[in-house]
Amino acid sequence: MAVREERLIHTKEELLEMYRRMLLIRAFEEKAAEMYTKGKIGGFLHLYSGQEAVAVGFISVLREDDYVVGAYREHGQCIAKGAEPKYVMAELYGKATGVSKGKGGSMHMFDVKRGFLGGHGIVGGGMPLAIGVGFAIKYRKTDQVCVCFFGDGAVNEGAFHEALNMVALWNLPVIYVLENNMYAMGTAVYRASSIPDLIRRASCYDIEREQVDGMDVLAVREAAERAVRKAREDKEPRFIEAITYRFRGHSMADPAAYRTKEEVEEWRKRDPIPRMEQYLKDNRMVTDDDIKAMRTEVDAEIQEAVDFAESSPFPPPDALYEAIYA
Amino acid sequence: MAQTIAYREALNQALREEMRRDPDVFIIGEEVAEYGGAYKVTEGLLQEFGPERVIDTPISEEAIVGTGIGAAMIGLRPVVELMTINFSLLAMDQIVNHGAKLRYMSGGQLQIAVVIRAPQGAGLQLGAQHSQNLESLYAHIPGLKVVIPATPADAKGLLKSSIRDNNPVMFLEHEMLYASKGEVPDEEYLLPLGVAEVKRVGSDVSLISYSRMLLLCLKAAEQLAGEGIDAEVVDVRTLRPLDAETIVGSVKKTHKAIIVEEDWRFAGMGAEIASKIVEGAFDYLDAPVMRVAAAEAPMPYSKQLEQLALPSADEIVSAARQVTGRRLETVDRRQ
Repeated sequence: MAVREERLIHTKEELLEMYRRMLLIRAFEEKAAEMYTKGKIGGFLHLYSGQEAVAVGFISVLREDDYVVGAYREHGQCIAKGAEPKYVMAELYGKATGVSKGKGGSMHMFDVKRGFLGGHGIVGGGMPLAIGVGFAIKYRKTDQVCVCFFGDGAVNEGAFHEALNMVALWNLPVIYVLENNMYAMGTAVYRASSIPDLIRRASCYDIEREQVDGMDVLAVREAAERAVRKAREDKEPRFIEAITYRFRGHSMADPAAYRTKEEVEEWRKRDPIPRMEQYLKDNRMVTDDDIKAMRTEVDAEIQEAVDFAESSPFPPPDALYEAIYA
Repeated sequence: MAQTIAYREALNQALREEMRRDPDVFIIGEEVAEYGGAYKVTEGLLQEFGPERVIDTPISEEAIVGTGIGAAMIGLRPVVELMTINFSLLAMDQIVNHGAKLRYMSGGQLQIAVVIRAPQGAGLQLGAQHSQNLESLYAHIPGLKVVIPATPADAKGLLKSSIRDNNPVMFLEHEMLYASKGEVPDEEYLLPLGVAEVKRVGSDVSLISYSRMLLLCLKAAEQLAGEGIDAEVVDVRTLRPLDAETIVGSVKKTHKAIIVEEDWRFAGMGAEIASKIVEGAFDYLDAPVMRVAAAEAPMPYSKQLEQLALPSADEIVSAARQVTGRRLETVDRRQ
């Protein structure tokens, strides 16, 4: 492990917090799936289970005043940026107490005061917005950064190429993070991209690129540290490809018949949560009892989130016409 | 005191004044800086405000508009120039799916104070892809405002207000109006969005229009006056929010309404305005609400065909004669 020394830079508290946050997101998503099947949650529900290491590893190196722009599989990113699960769950329930007051839903989570800028449902649509966020950071001469997550489907949108060109041309502090989970809905990468090695799709814009194992939260964190330092200090964009996998279908409506059981099983063996757990144990940072206690605590927090969502009011009829215009 | 200046210069003054007033205002678009704007609206701004605030872009409309909306998400007040409204179709995802909805979808957390300026309209033989009027597309979308001035004074006052407005504003200029001149106050002023103006008071028929068609209506009104028909001319100026009260008030007085638009008639703004008139002044109408609009065809290149496709003052005059019962004749010379 060439990066082992570098890994030891992280404090125990930081490592435990990353682990806890991955647990929290996983528990949140699995509970959301359960509540969706019970009819408590409507619309589309794209779950992040399996990809937690990407959001958690990356966002763990950000400051609260840094910005994150997500796509539509973003519950985990929103929670990783600091949103309390109960407000995210209430949003899924369409309740007035949700992060977006029940008007966004699964695909449109926003927690602006924590720098989480959505929640965007059009493939690739967040990428141009991130240029603007990076532009504004440069305009104001602050040392913030903007991280923009998107999926492998987005590389085939024009917005991807327009955005990469512009952040490179203008040296904006934007880090584009491609979460390559191998499938754009039901279409495997090789069926949609002339170059299956997607990092090469970003190769002609003179942006430093790095590919990282998205199932390893420490690897993601280390790549994030390098990228964020570069963006913050040198005012340069970066491109990261995190190789990851979603354990569930594209959405709750998708049984994922386009993937073999064997393939899913192979990837489940690389689940980032047990992997991190093993690392923590190997380094004698936690005991089995500690893990058990953390899981109990996380489950309680998620149950509390469900209770909060259940007991919260729906938006009043007047909300229909609120916040259309400022 | 007033100065007589061109529409283009009025817009330039508005941009200059707002950029001097508020450091959060910047201009971004294709050819806005070194070239001075494809229609010279931004001429001299680079020299005064520098390249940090007057920014040339690649030809990437979706990214240009996304940059504006993204910067507005965290509090800047961008003015985005699109070279023509026809190119806005490349940015429609950002305008309609993002800009118009981010405040709503975020439960009011975000404010998208962005102005998207674009010239539109026909008359310069630019062919089908460069001659469209797309105001009704944007006026259809809740979350957007649509402002469409006809005179230099309105262009200046409404652009300043649009820049200060906290919402996404589609600010639609007209290619054929840039050189047109008019009086503009010397002192600073603002004009409110969503307020129509009666540009000519009359009693026999209401001519309701906006942008370049307003000038045609005023011309037609002069001709009608010679025939004893006293036309009132209403300049809608803002399409969303629409000042139905002023429009309906005019029709209640004249009992006859003709809506004049350079856009296609089918599902155009005229249909919405006509509906508002029927809802608000049904009992006052002495004749069917009429529309004078462009031919239902892509814009042809050939000058003769282009002129045939566009509404004319003669058509407005004959429509007015028809609704006032002075003379019955074919209104649409294309039929």
